[in-house]
Amino acid sequence: MAKTTLDLKGMSCPMPIMKVAAAVKKGASGDVFEAVCDDAGFEPDVHAWCKETGHTLNSLTKAGKDITVVITKK
Amino acid sequence: MSADAVQDKIKELEERLAKVEGNRSNMTMVLFSGDFDKAMAAFIIANGALAMGKEVTIFVTFWGLDVLKKPTMTGAGKNVLEKMVTMMRPKGPAKLPTSKMNFAGIGPKLFHYMMGKKNVTSLQNLVDTAVEFGVRIVACQMSMDVMGIKREDLMDGIEFGGVAAFLGSSFDSNTTLFI
Repeated sequence: MAKTTLDLKGMSCPMPIMKVAAAVKKGASGDVFEAVCDDAGFEPDVHAWCKETGHTLNSLTKAGKDITVVITKK
Repeated sequence: MSADAVQDKIKELEERLAKVEGNRSNMTMVLFSGDFDKAMAAFIIANGALAMGKEVTIFVTFWGLDVLKKPTMTGAGKNVLEKMVTMMRPKGPAKLPTSKMNFAGIGPKLFHYMMGKKNVTSLQNLVDTAVEFGVRIVACQMSMDVMGIKREDLMDGIEFGGVAAFLGSSFDSNTTLFI
């Protein structure tokens, strides 16, 4: 299972979720993606995106402005 | 009911279910406005829907066509009224007015500056990304004819169509927006 890290800091809507979608699309089932973003809208966006697309949101952690998510491709 | 009839009924229902589930993947928009802020909203939603795995169609009509114009568009080969409309309307994402606080063209410059500071992607970039990743853009042929807009006046990679093209797409969608 490949692991991809995405640095989405400094980006604003809709770029972070587009970058996540593009990366996950390229990967294989079971691949893990870790993304860091400092856009406050990223948290609800990631929840909605995972719910809609069916990929698994393993974790979401916050440190200061940074939001780190770990997603597994379905 | 015989076993065959039950089988046929199940097959029919499966086909209908597949159709309904398939339709969920689509989203259609009408972009009527040529305002910068409204076009921003349309293309952010389009790119977002694309990221969520949807098929997106944007039917672009009337003032919305300003968004698709090449900055190099000219009035050459057009009649007097068409030349006038060509001259008076903005050409392309960089030249659009805002729906509020336009201040005779100063407003958009202010917004471009403020959005640049906040790292918001430009409208041009959003349009290009949408086309690159498969958003279907359909320009309204009738509005183009009325305003003397030729196919070569608009950006590449788009389609041309009429109301049926919009409706066909909308009937296959579970979300349709008019912007």
